[in-house]
Amino acid sequence: MKQLLLANEAVARGLYEAGVTVVSSYPGTPSTEITETASKYEEIYTEWAPNEKVALEVAATSAIAGARSFCAMKHVGLNVAADPLFTMSYIGVNAGFVIAVADDPGMHSSQNEQDSRYYAQASKILMLEPSDSQEAKDFTKKAYELSEEFDTPVILRLSTRVSHSQSLTSLEDRVNVPLREYIKNPQKNVMMPAMARVKHGLVEQRIAKQKEYAFGSDLNQMSIKNSKIGFISSGIAFQYALEALPDASYLKLGIVYPISEELLKKFAASVEFIYVIEELEPIIENACLACGIKVVGKELLPVTGEYSVELIRNRIFGDKPFSYMDGYDMAKIPKRPPVMCPGCPHRGLFHVLKKLKLTVTGDIGCYTLGALEPLSSMDTSICMGSGVSSLHGFNKARGDDYMKKCVGVIGDSTFIHSGITGLIDIVYNKGVGTVIILDNSITGMTGHQNNPLNGLDISNNPAKKIDLALLAKSIGIDRVRIIDPFNIEDSTNVIREEVNAMEPSLIIARRPCALLKTVKYKGLVEVNRDKCTKCRACMSIGCPAISFKNNQIEINASLCNGCGLCINVCKFGALNKKEEE
Amino acid sequence: MIKSIVIAGVGGQGTLLASRLIGEAATLKNYDVKVSEVHGMAQRGGSVITYVRYGDKVISPIIPLGEADVLIAFEQLEALRWANYLKKGGLLISNTQKIDPMPVVTTKMEYPDDIVEFLNNRIDNCHFIDALEIAVKSGSSKAVNSVLIGRMARESEIEKEVWLQALNKIAPAKFIELNIKAFEAGYNYWI
Repeated sequence: MKQLLLANEAVARGLYEAGVTVVSSYPGTPSTEITETASKYEEIYTEWAPNEKVALEVAATSAIAGARSFCAMKHVGLNVAADPLFTMSYIGVNAGFVIAVADDPGMHSSQNEQDSRYYAQASKILMLEPSDSQEAKDFTKKAYELSEEFDTPVILRLSTRVSHSQSLTSLEDRVNVPLREYIKNPQKNVMMPAMARVKHGLVEQRIAKQKEYAFGSDLNQMSIKNSKIGFISSGIAFQYALEALPDASYLKLGIVYPISEELLKKFAASVEFIYVIEELEPIIENACLACGIKVVGKELLPVTGEYSVELIRNRIFGDKPFSYMDGYDMAKIPKRPPVMCPGCPHRGLFHVLKKLKLTVTGDIGCYTLGALEPLSSMDTSICMGSGVSSLHGFNKARGDDYMKKCVGVIGDSTFIHSGITGLIDIVYNKGVGTVIILDNSITGMTGHQNNPLNGLDISNNPAKKIDLALLAKSIGIDRVRIIDPFNIEDSTNVIREEVNAMEPSLIIARRPCALLKTVKYKGLVEVNRDKCTKCRACMSIGCPAISFKNNQIEINASLCNGCGLCINVCKFGALNKKEEE
Repeated sequence: MIKSIVIAGVGGQGTLLASRLIGEAATLKNYDVKVSEVHGMAQRGGSVITYVRYGDKVISPIIPLGEADVLIAFEQLEALRWANYLKKGGLLISNTQKIDPMPVVTTKMEYPDDIVEFLNNRIDNCHFIDALEIAVKSGSSKAVNSVLIGRMARESEIEKEVWLQALNKIAPAKFIELNIKAFEAGYNYWI
C-alpha cells in the first residue's frame, strides 16, 4: 500500500517499522513533524525535551542502554547538541541510534543557512541523505542497521524541500526489536582521556571500513547513460538536477559522509565532463578535487540559497524560462513578509516597548517578527536564549544606567530551552536589567508543541508545570511581575518601574497564543465614524485586519478575531466591539 | 503526462489543505504525486506558495518557473506575484479578494489597483472569481479553498466524484458538509 507522506512523516514511519522505542527531540522547522508523527505510534515512547542537547543525550543513552532510539532537530539545533554529538561518535552505540537533522537552504524559517554535512565530517559520523519520502523511510531503517553494524550513531540529513514535500511511500510492518543486553563497560561508555585516546583510533578505522561499504552500497546510485556529460548530486538537489539534465549520467550519493573516493573515481572514469550539483557548501566538490577529479561546481552554481530546475538550466545552458510577467517591474509588487497573527499577544507587548523607546535584545520565535515594521522594536536576535544573555552583554558594555532603557525578551519555550542559564548569569555576575518572558502557553512558531511551562506533555497528558515566579526567586531574583500584554497601561507602568530598578528583574507577560483552540474572543471590532479622528494610532500596532482605505480606517472582518487590542490603543473611543447578534 | 499546479496565497488562507486535496485526488487516480508545502514562519500571514505535481513520473516536487499548467491564487496580489510560474497557455484561477500586506498597511507602498485588468490582458486563460463571497454564502469564509478547488476541478481531467472522494478524506470531519457545498458552488460557478 502506498501513501502520500511528507518525508518527515516517512521518517517517523521508518522509526516505527525499524522497531524504535525511544524518541526525544526539541521542535524546530523543518524537522518538527517527525517527532509529532512518531508520538502517534503507541509502540514508541516520545517526548519533547527542553532543548536539543538534552534530547540528544537522552536518546543516545537510551541506545547505550539497549533500545533503538532517535532524536530530530533543525540545523541550528545541532549546534546546541554538538557537544554530546562529537563524543557519541567515539562511544558508538549498543542498539541503533539515529539523529535526523533538517537543513534550511533558502532560510524559509531560520536565522542562518549552515550546512550540516560539515558536522558529519567534523564529528566523523556516518551521514545518509534521502531525496524523497520513500527514501526517507528506507534510509531511516537502513540507518539502524548501519548504526549497529559499525557501532556508530548515524545522522540522517534532510532539508526543507525534502522534509516538507509529500510523495508516495510504501508502508511495511513493524519489526519488534528486543531490548539489547546492557553490560557495564566504562572503556566504551565513559569518555575520559585514556579511554577516548583508544576510541579515536577506532573511529578512524571505522571511517575506512565505511568508505569500503559506501563503494558497494546501493544507497549510492550510479547511472551511466551518456559518456560525455554527467553530474554528482544528493538530496533534493538530485531531483532538480535529474529534471534539468534528464539525459546525463549521474552519481547520486545517499551516503554523504564518508564519501568513497573509489566510487567518485569509478564515475569519473565513465564520464568526460562532470558537474557537481549540491546546495550550500562544496562538500562533494571538495571530495572530488581532493582525489584529483576535475569537476565544475561552485564556480557555476551558488553557495547561497536554494537551487531549482530553472537555476540549473540557466547556469548550464543559459536557458531563460517563459514568463507572462516579462517587462513588468516586479519591484512594484509590495512584498508580503510574515506578520504576527490577528490577536497575537506579542503585539501588545511590542507596542509598549516601542512606545517606551527601549533597546530590546530579542530571541527566536514568532515574536522575532516584532523587529519588523511597524512595531520595529527589536535591536538584536542571534539564537535561542540570546534574548537574555544579550541583555547582560549590553549591561556590561554600557553600564548599569543603560539598563533603564533596555529589556531582553524571550518566549516561554525558548526560556526553558536556553534562557535560564543566561538569567543565572545576570544574577550571579551582579547584572541589572529586565527580562520579559513572553508566556503564550505554547511553543508557537513551530506549530504548537507543549512545553514544561504549559502543564501538558507531547500527548496532551497532564505534566508538571514549572512555576516561573518561583524559579526566578530560587535563582535570586527578588523582583518578579506578571502583566497582561493587552493591558497597555499596566504593562507600560510595570515595564517603566522595572527598568528603573537597579537590580535583576523578571516580567512574565502572560496571554495565550491566539491560535490555540481554547482562545476565543467574542465579537468583531467596528469603527465609530463619528468618534474616529483618523489619527491612525490603531495602525501603529501592525494588525493585518486594520487598514486605511478611502480616507478612513477600515477593519477587515475576515481577518479580525475580536481580540480588542486596538480598542485599548484608541484614545477617542472610536473602536468598539460589534454587538453579538 | 505531468500536470503542475501552483497554489499561492496568504498564510492562514488554507492553501495547505488545498494542495493536500489535489494531492489526494491525484493519488486516488493512481498517479505518481508530489506535493510541496510550507510550514513555519511563512505561515504567519506571509506570502505562501505550494506546489502539486502529478502524472506518470514526477521528479522535482518544486515546479520550475514558466512551467505550471495551473496557478490557483487565493488573493489578487499573490496572483500577480507568482504569475511567472505559468507556462504559455497556462490557466490562472484567482480569487478577487485583496489582503493588504504590511508595506501597504503602513502606507509605504500602494496596492496595485489594476491587477485584474493587467492579468486579463496578459494571460489568455485567466479567470477571476469572488471566492470569499461564495464561501461566505456556502457557510463560512474559511471555505475559500474549496471554492477555488471546485472551480479548478471543472477544468481538470480528474472526475468530479474523485474530487468529492478526496474532499471526504482530507477535510476535517466537522467541516466536510460545508466544504462540499463550497466545492460545488465553485464547480458550478459561471460568469
